[in-house]
Amino acid sequence: MINCTYQLVYPRTFSVKYSEIDIEKNVIVRPRYMSICHADQRYYLGKRNVSILKKKLPMALIHESCGEVVYDKSGKFKVGQNVVMIPNFPKKVRPGEYENYSLGAKFLSSGYDGFMREFVELPYDRLVPFKDIPLQIATVCEFISVGVHAINRFNLCAHRYRDVIAVWGDGSLSYVIACLLKILFKNAKIIVVGKNKTKLSYFSFVDETYLTDELPSDLKFDHAFECVGAHGSFYAIDDIIRCIRPQGTAMLLGVSEDKVAINTRDILEKGLTLIGCSRSGKVEFESAVNFLKNSVFQRRLMAIIDEAKPVKNISDIHEVFAYDAKNMFKTVFEWNI
Amino acid sequence: MIFGAILAGGIGTRMNISDMPKQFLMLGDKPIIIHTIEKFLMCARFDKIYIGVHSDWLMYMNDLIEKYNLDKERLVCVHGGADRNETIFNIIKQIKIDYASNNDDIVVTHDAVRPFVTSRIIEDNINAALEFGACDTVIKATDTIVRSKDEKTINEIPNRRFMYQGQTPQSFKISLLFNLYNDLNNEEKSVLTDACKICVVRNTPVHLVLGEVANIKITTVTDYKIAMAMVGGINFD
Repeated sequence: MINCTYQLVYPRTFSVKYSEIDIEKNVIVRPRYMSICHADQRYYLGKRNVSILKKKLPMALIHESCGEVVYDKSGKFKVGQNVVMIPNFPKKVRPGEYENYSLGAKFLSSGYDGFMREFVELPYDRLVPFKDIPLQIATVCEFISVGVHAINRFNLCAHRYRDVIAVWGDGSLSYVIACLLKILFKNAKIIVVGKNKTKLSYFSFVDETYLTDELPSDLKFDHAFECVGAHGSFYAIDDIIRCIRPQGTAMLLGVSEDKVAINTRDILEKGLTLIGCSRSGKVEFESAVNFLKNSVFQRRLMAIIDEAKPVKNISDIHEVFAYDAKNMFKTVFEWNI
Repeated sequence: MIFGAILAGGIGTRMNISDMPKQFLMLGDKPIIIHTIEKFLMCARFDKIYIGVHSDWLMYMNDLIEKYNLDKERLVCVHGGADRNETIFNIIKQIKIDYASNNDDIVVTHDAVRPFVTSRIIEDNINAALEFGACDTVIKATDTIVRSKDEKTINEIPNRRFMYQGQTPQSFKISLLFNLYNDLNNEEKSVLTDACKICVVRNTPVHLVLGEVANIKITTVTDYKIAMAMVGGINFD
């Protein structure tokens, strides 16, 4: 079958690639909903290093998507079954290692075509079935799984005192992490630190919120999640190191294009643990699907999910990226191209 | 019920590059018609997909279905007719034999030599046929259309804003098309080679579905070269 792939060839320029796919080898999925990640928006706007753009483009964007199985020769999935697609293709994973850090792993929409295609062909183990979850919500499953992965690692690595947990950042990832922490650590006080008052006001379910420039001098917490990234990484990590209690763990999730200077003297002195977290594996996708069935979690997520108009052609793709650029949180859209 | 009808009745006299009908020429690793059938198979809304094939090539078609391991349960091959409409009506007659009549049944007819059709176009056809009874896939005309009756001078240059180029699929409520076709006399049947035209001359509205420029019909050697280039294949000389 000839498949259409909508590739970004230069920033703000798409082209259709036609290629044959073998319907026998893998499960064929028709993407139904997609959501935009900051990484997609950075490629679209050309806000990546020129050498990176030269190396990775042309490439189809989007790694957050859910769809419908339209063909599966193996019979493992039923036609019409809803599935979340996993963009991560691990290589060799030793027992006890996470698949998302495996050497040579492929990640769709980073060097390989993402989900902006007419059909996506994936091995059955890269699909997670779901039901009773609206597609607009299921499409952010990858995003949720990143949060689940960070919290799982935190739970394994951090010491057992979790009276106060801080989340740095007021964006979508902080929101999801805060939601999950609230569900998983019922006795912990969850505080969120951000720059934007309006965005912070969405975090109505947490115990306290603070603006970055109005942090109380006596602010103390046991552990922290940094979800700031970009130019804010330096200030966020610096504040966390300053305010965190000794022997605390800081989970780092914010992506920065530049190298970030950190205060190693205080890390040493306080005996802190800094853990880098990126992406997620199949186990976390499955957990994320289970979280998405939780009605409280669903309702909270709805507050940050904004649905743009359906995408039916390339000019709609441009519109949806323009829509996302003005959106404070997550943009999702129906894929009907 | 919803039926697909892939029209492959031709015997390929325009191409002159092979004795084989053009729908059977290779595009990448598979014959053109196999790409088209596979695209229809990806649409779960089709209860059955009928393929109208010239009698001389029926066995060849069945062998291809076997060779490429297609889902035989969802495919039925029928004899093609002398022209496009006759092939459609042979398929409709077979549908009526297989499933009796139902007023709401629709058929999505498509040229076997348009393998670049997209699932969006197929879905839009199904929806439009269910809602409006008849639809045609079109794209806006980009070239100026010139009308000449004597093949020497221009009689008219219609406003391009109202001009479209017809593609396929063309989709219909089976009962509607069946009744209209049976109402035609033999002379009309020989002139009205396009199923949508039958609706239009009988004042039955045909809804427009937006096609794609890439949904080309592989009819000439140049089309074939373009199609090969589109899928990144080697040039054909």
